[in-house]
Amino acid sequence: MAVEKMSIAKALNESLRKALEQDPKVLIMGEDVGKLGGVFRITDGLQKDFGEERVIDTPLAESGIVGTAIGLALRGYRPVVEIQFDGFVFPAYDQIVTQLAKMHARALGKVKMPVVVRIPYAGGIGAVEHHSESPEALFAHVPGLKVVSPSNASDAYWMLQQAILSDDPVIFFEPKRRYWDKGEVDFDAIPGELHKARVSREGSDVTLAAYGPMVKVCLEAAAAAAEEGKSVEVLDLRSMSPVDFDGIQASVEKTRRLVVVHEAPVFLGVGAEIAARITERCFYHLEAPVLRVGGFHAPYPPARLEDEYLPGLDRVLDAVDRSLAY
Amino acid sequence: MTVESTAARKPRRSSGTKRAAGAANAAAKPAAATAQTLDAVPQLVQLLTPEGDRVDNAENAEFAPFVADITTEDLRGLYRDMVMTRRFDGEATALQRQGELGLWASLLGQEAAQIGSGRALNDEDYVFPTYREHGVAWCRGVDPTNLLGMFRGVNHGGWDPNLNNFHLYTIVIGSQTLHATGYAMGVAKDGADSAVIAYFGDGASSQGDVAEAFTFSAVYNSPVVFFCQNNQWAISEPTERQMRVPLYQRAQGFGFPGVRVDGNDVLACLAVTRWALDRARRGEGPTLVEAFTYRMGAHTTSDDPTKYRRDEETAAWEAKDPILRLKAHLLATGGADEAFFTELEAESEAMGKRVREAVRAMPDPDTMAIFENVYADGHALVDEERAQFAAYLASFEEGH
Repeated sequence: MAVEKMSIAKALNESLRKALEQDPKVLIMGEDVGKLGGVFRITDGLQKDFGEERVIDTPLAESGIVGTAIGLALRGYRPVVEIQFDGFVFPAYDQIVTQLAKMHARALGKVKMPVVVRIPYAGGIGAVEHHSESPEALFAHVPGLKVVSPSNASDAYWMLQQAILSDDPVIFFEPKRRYWDKGEVDFDAIPGELHKARVSREGSDVTLAAYGPMVKVCLEAAAAAAEEGKSVEVLDLRSMSPVDFDGIQASVEKTRRLVVVHEAPVFLGVGAEIAARITERCFYHLEAPVLRVGGFHAPYPPARLEDEYLPGLDRVLDAVDRSLAY
Repeated sequence: MTVESTAARKPRRSSGTKRAAGAANAAAKPAAATAQTLDAVPQLVQLLTPEGDRVDNAENAEFAPFVADITTEDLRGLYRDMVMTRRFDGEATALQRQGELGLWASLLGQEAAQIGSGRALNDEDYVFPTYREHGVAWCRGVDPTNLLGMFRGVNHGGWDPNLNNFHLYTIVIGSQTLHATGYAMGVAKDGADSAVIAYFGDGASSQGDVAEAFTFSAVYNSPVVFFCQNNQWAISEPTERQMRVPLYQRAQGFGFPGVRVDGNDVLACLAVTRWALDRARRGEGPTLVEAFTYRMGAHTTSDDPTKYRRDEETAAWEAKDPILRLKAHLLATGGADEAFFTELEAESEAMGKRVREAVRAMPDPDTMAIFENVYADGHALVDEERAQFAAYLASFEEGH
């Protein structure tokens, strides 16, 4: 079964299974991850096969989940914890920011924090409030954390493996509205670097940089733009900390135009940082200012409005047109 | 939860109920404690009165056997620990006043709680302190000068926690109780015959993390002792602002025992902590120990206790001084003579001098240390900023 077509959800499940098989120190922890297999079934069947000591149902207490994972890491374990939804991570934010992110530095490198915090994130599934947020910038801003998000099944499988193997804490954002999208996973492949961006579609007129759930939208936008004779390059960033600025720069030096797309609010978001850095690095290459497409400075709206809120094909294409108009 | 008989809580030191390895410590094993047994928990366990007299009563009967092996030499050792710790603490306070330290959190008055509990630990037990556990650090063999680095501003911790099984000081109140619980969950998974102790204060008991640590440790039956030093004040907030029922009683609601011990009685603290650690090692789960004590000084060198508490209160607690209490006992029982106290005085002075000199000689860290150990596996942005800053610094040298 070297290559198999499967959903992102299944790829994540296979990835966790492999991690549990390969290292007895890997633990899965979270609310409902055991018997139920998680509310999105990402951990389906794992407790049955690996037992309650490896796949641990926890009390409903997010700070407790991350705080005890820190203690387990200090004892030599490699906990992979699941926060049930994006908006529920905030009770654990203190432990993540004040403890998890800084432990290695405070101990002058004497202890490592191989903890992965998995968070199903972003919108598009018609959920109630606190179930559709994109808080990645809040984590990327924190020194000591690494922040990544896959956009396809192959990355879901391999990036989670790499995150678990990392001796640094990794916040692993899973694009929940893409869980059921299928793609090929090559189990024998040699995966690319975890923090390296990938060109998902070659183009020459403008670069669209995105990650997680917005990569698919950008690929669709590029296909639509091609029908109008515009050549759009799509860059899947994959990592928000660190950001592969070299990869973005290489693309921008080719296309001379950049639009950054994410679901999170534009203000002080990942796109703002990319716009600033790329302006510094590529000032003389750019034919247009770096543009951003993303969420508004407003709470994520009720489900009946999320189609308006989420950047779709038209908003991305509008930004492409504005960039090309300079 | 089923109600078990009170016998379930009786110490069984030689009953051979050692924890079986691995799977025997099933995650959902119910805690042994029940409301019924907890009703019997005494109000205040004391073995030495403030006048230094041994107490034998119903309240301490369960715990006294845990110090039955303590010899006169051991008592002198405990006394030495407390005197050395107080001397170190006093030196650090002086160093702060001299501008050598940016801040100091004094343990004055809490020596018995820390030495009693600290000496109850085995080498393989693991300690999660807050930022005032200088006496516990002393018991673990941590070089006292290591504790001063963060207060001098040369690091944020700086020692290897695994060298003495003594974790870094934690500034955010109560966070470490969860780390201790997680570590204890790991100890249970490993089938290890050791325990974990988490220190925190009465103020920290108001934090959600402490409640979550109680919850996790109870449902996973983790081998952890929560050692709360109730020193009556959280900076300027009295305990009435933290709780409406005695702190030790809180354990009952989580399903494990809570004991209140005289925190100025080193022998009682040793006995109760040994009892609690023994329970943990035997797989009977967590315990909350409330050491009822008093912070004689300020919260840190930054606050002024005369603004928030009365002199009479402090004076009343001075009469309960943990060091004077053991000294009175040693003198009354012939356990130590004047020569012992004189020698100890000289020893503590020498230690104070060594600490003073070590702090003054402590170098500032290298500027580039800012970029060290941010990540274990490296990070492109840190590498980039390190290189940029190094080039910036180098530009000054070229200019001269």
